[in-house]
Amino acid sequence: MGEAIAFYTLAALILGFAVLVITARNTVHSVLFLVANFLFVAALYVLLGAQFLAVIQVIVYAGGIVVLYLFVVMLVNLKRPPEAHRDRRRKAGLGLAFSLVILAEVVAIAVFGLVQPAHLAAPKAPLPPEAADNVQQVGWALYTQYLVPFEVASMLLLVAMVGAIVLARREL
Amino acid sequence: MIDLIVLPLIKIVFVLTGVLITVMYLVLLERKVQAWVQARLGPMRVGPHGVLQPIADVVKLFVKEDVTPARAEKWVFTAAPIIVLVPALIAFAVIPFGPEVNLFGRPVPLYITDLNVGLLYIVSVAAIGVYGIILGGWASNSKYPLLGSLRSSAQLISYELAVTLTFVSVILAAGSLSMVEIVEAQRNNGIWFAFVQPVALFIYFVGALAETNRNPFDLPEAESELVAGFHTEYSGMRFALFFLAEYTNMIVVSAVATTLFFGGWLRPFPNVEWLSFLGLVPPWIWFTLKTFALLYLFLWIRATLPRYRYDQLMQLGWKWLIPLAIANIIVTAAVKVVLGS
Repeated sequence: MGEAIAFYTLAALILGFAVLVITARNTVHSVLFLVANFLFVAALYVLLGAQFLAVIQVIVYAGGIVVLYLFVVMLVNLKRPPEAHRDRRRKAGLGLAFSLVILAEVVAIAVFGLVQPAHLAAPKAPLPPEAADNVQQVGWALYTQYLVPFEVASMLLLVAMVGAIVLARREL
Repeated sequence: MIDLIVLPLIKIVFVLTGVLITVMYLVLLERKVQAWVQARLGPMRVGPHGVLQPIADVVKLFVKEDVTPARAEKWVFTAAPIIVLVPALIAFAVIPFGPEVNLFGRPVPLYITDLNVGLLYIVSVAAIGVYGIILGGWASNSKYPLLGSLRSSAQLISYELAVTLTFVSVILAAGSLSMVEIVEAQRNNGIWFAFVQPVALFIYFVGALAETNRNPFDLPEAESELVAGFHTEYSGMRFALFFLAEYTNMIVVSAVATTLFFGGWLRPFPNVEWLSFLGLVPPWIWFTLKTFALLYLFLWIRATLPRYRYDQLMQLGWKWLIPLAIANIIVTAAVKVVLGS
């Protein structure tokens, strides 16, 4: 009961801030609403018992990536052209199409979850040796079952880092 | 019910009051220490030796006019000091001031909560605090604050990396992310991590100086270049909030250093039998003493060292501290594998 109340409150806040992100006139306000949105998503993770994921969500998304957004928005000084606000139906078709695709995806996931129980869909990761806490479970899953995707992702990040340095300093 | 709601609330009230009073007197201590170093007396007029000076300061800040610049972004301008202060205060939620003690026949742990991701929680709240600084500078709609806030946030983000990397080596040594278990690990090993991880301690302390904008890294407030940095346009109570946040952050980084490197609430040499009379002093007093020793170091350094230049600051952070921290992690991990513990 309490969990349900917490979930629906958080879900309402997340959706509310998501709407504010796209409706705010001022871009900096949008970015701030995005931070609030990420923080409530982190709260949702805590509710699911995934403290590690929640903290990482705050460090990486709310604390890292959005700070970069904020820098770009502040320094580039995005002034939306007035016609962007005048005609509210501009590109409505495109937006509708995107929304429909995402809606279809959500429905597909929901139906898939109903038809095929979760424990059949994904093979269970081998359990860590002793009763482990949240962090150990994540570590165990990453370094056993998902080792290859994990390493591929880290290589991808390394390539992105090198690429960013090369782009920033062409005379190297 | 009592364990779930009443007890934590009492503890939160205690910790917040304690922190705020400590901040007030830390400011006085800073002025006194600066004065002694420079062969002055410091505040002397309010109360004997100026002990009531903090109260006079607070009253002054409360009644001062609160000016908002004419073309400032009002909403963000008001929110910025709050965004800086709140993360600084909530970091205390995971700091262990002492072990579990018996109070009125009830076991009471002397910390608000013991998260199994406690250390990462501190990293994450510190990451949120950066927003207040960026936004405060931007919302003032003034040149010096904007430049000051860009410097501050660049400095914070750079040194946060080095500091977080030192956490990794401490976690490797302790085998846990929980603040309480890190202290327990130091008891079990019979040695403070300051001696196991001296390199990490050094990097952490330098990074902590930079993260709290303290001398020699107080470039965001370099008066000769930037007036007062990101909070130039703030006055009255809102300025006081920034001020409060800066000193609260100093206490946070000192308390974290105490927990990670100096055995938290443990007495010195926790495993040496003939020193057991040191255990007569309650653990939370040991914690406070250690934290204040570190805070004094902050003040001492401020009175001693000149300020870095901005490019030197960035070089030090990126070219020396971060590689050193990464090397330290590799060495720690290797030693841990070789010793097989």
